[in-house]
Amino acid sequence: MRLEVCDAVCGYGTKKVVENISFTVQSGEILCLLGPNGVGKTTLFKSILGLIKMLGGVIKVDGENVHAWPKKKLAQTFGYVPQAHTPPFPFTVRDVVIMGRTAYLGKFASPSKVDEEIAEQALDTLGISHLADRVYTEISGGERQLVLIARALTQQPQILIMDEPTSNLDFGNQARVLGQINELAKKGLAVIMTSHFPNHVFLCSTKVALMQKNNKFSVGSVEEVVTEENLKSAYGIDVKITTAADDCHTLRSCIPIIN
Amino acid sequence: MKRFSMSNTVVFLQKNRAEYYLTAILVPVLVLVCLCSLTMGRYAISLSDIFSVFYTKIFAVDLAIPANVETVLFKVRIPRIIAAVLVGASLSVSGASYQGLFRNPMVSPDILGASAGAGFGAALGILLSFGTVGIQLYSFLFGLGAVALAVVISSAITRGNNVTLVLVLTGMVVSTLFSSFVSLIKYVADPYSKLPAITFWLMGSLSTASMKDVKMMLFPFLLGVVPLMLLRWKLNVLSFGEEEAKTMGVETAKLRMAVIICSTLLTAGSVSVCGIIGWIGLVIPHFARMLAGPNYKILLPVSLLFGSIFLIIVDTVARSAFPLEIPLGILTSLVGAPFFIYLLFKGKRGWL
Repeated sequence: MRLEVCDAVCGYGTKKVVENISFTVQSGEILCLLGPNGVGKTTLFKSILGLIKMLGGVIKVDGENVHAWPKKKLAQTFGYVPQAHTPPFPFTVRDVVIMGRTAYLGKFASPSKVDEEIAEQALDTLGISHLADRVYTEISGGERQLVLIARALTQQPQILIMDEPTSNLDFGNQARVLGQINELAKKGLAVIMTSHFPNHVFLCSTKVALMQKNNKFSVGSVEEVVTEENLKSAYGIDVKITTAADDCHTLRSCIPIIN
Repeated sequence: MKRFSMSNTVVFLQKNRAEYYLTAILVPVLVLVCLCSLTMGRYAISLSDIFSVFYTKIFAVDLAIPANVETVLFKVRIPRIIAAVLVGASLSVSGASYQGLFRNPMVSPDILGASAGAGFGAALGILLSFGTVGIQLYSFLFGLGAVALAVVISSAITRGNNVTLVLVLTGMVVSTLFSSFVSLIKYVADPYSKLPAITFWLMGSLSTASMKDVKMMLFPFLLGVVPLMLLRWKLNVLSFGEEEAKTMGVETAKLRMAVIICSTLLTAGSVSVCGIIGWIGLVIPHFARMLAGPNYKILLPVSLLFGSIFLIIVDTVARSAFPLEIPLGILTSLVGAPFFIYLLFKGKRGWL
């Protein structure tokens, strides 16, 4: 599976927010989208998902224009993981996860036993089966984020789109969620995620896209894109990239320099 | 690991069954409440008389039942109880659906102006000295018209985002508009004949419900309730918000329209026959959610049954507890408001 974003121009109404975005992601790859607040990362995501109309360019999956597809097929291909949130009603975790099956259900149908089993598997994959009967509004933010990932997996998508999957999570949960994302990519999913932490790129990306003000957009391998100069230009602060080594890995990290 | 998930499935099925039992229990409760309500009133009828009447009707034998009993049952109580079942079901189903659609547990069926519009239609009908059918028809059509107006204005305003918020706001405006029209009509109405009629009508009552009314209500009721029941599982997804529902493959615009049309048919249909009866559409879905959970698969049928049961009980009290019949709208508010406070105290599971 190959997702192509070709010359995307995205925005609201007639107002362009981002222009000239082109990149590709394949099964098993994780593309991490970096960029300062307000640069248009969410706008780009919404355009890819067909939530807002593209002002130009085209999104293709295996050569087909996805926005010509019916909504259901779109939802069977793209799984969207929003930021953890609180819905107005106290659904159980199981109810929430099963909702991922909507794209496979007929107009008047509700989930069958098979759908329930797929939801069980998704919970199992993420190691959160024990949460199944808990109330979604009562579990922690980290748990909610995992539940939303499980819901997206229940959609059985080929591409997972994650909007800041680590925001509002503590240090440990961030690492756990990133670990899960790595596992999912190994199973053949293509993942596109945004993050506010350049460090996360070192932990789980195969590709990085950096969006900057004035429509500067660069995409490439981690080494090519995440450099001290690029980060300084994007975020407006001095950054030092350091390496640390343990027995079997070389670990890299970005440290902001504050005067 | 395998065994673990197996046992989870079993737990799930058991749990599911328990919730289905709730629906299964409520059906006989509804029948029982109907039967009890049949016996009560200013003219007491014993259960055995009721069974004898049904027996004579079904098997066409003559058991010498007093004619009064038959008249009271078939001309007064049975239509009234059926009307209570339909109105209670309509208001709670549309309230529950709207709460999911607008993602807010504080929403009631009149949010888009259906009640205010229907109230205005009826007041206008009374002012113009229409007959019962004319008043009901006007009320029904103005109920639909008010919601249509709210929807048209909001779609002209909305640019993609915040559809439901704009809808609620335009609904409020339309409601206010029609309430003012009602006040205007009351102001110009004849204070000795028409003003009391309008006022009494607006308070809501089932006292005049006849078999003809029931037949008139049945059509919008079925047209509203059947699609909502069929679509009910998708309301779960919709309550997660427009964008998320879209990314899960729901055609939100179509579903929203379907829910609004069905709920409006239900609300306008019941208001046109029995006036404005508040609180049921707000309180019953809450109560049902407390017992059955928020999943619409179970919540909607449970709301329907509770709504019917509740309204029969309240209406039975309204017609038999006091020497003078109390308008239903007053009683439902009197019972509903404190009951709602009680629910707010009891339920802490993130509704607000």
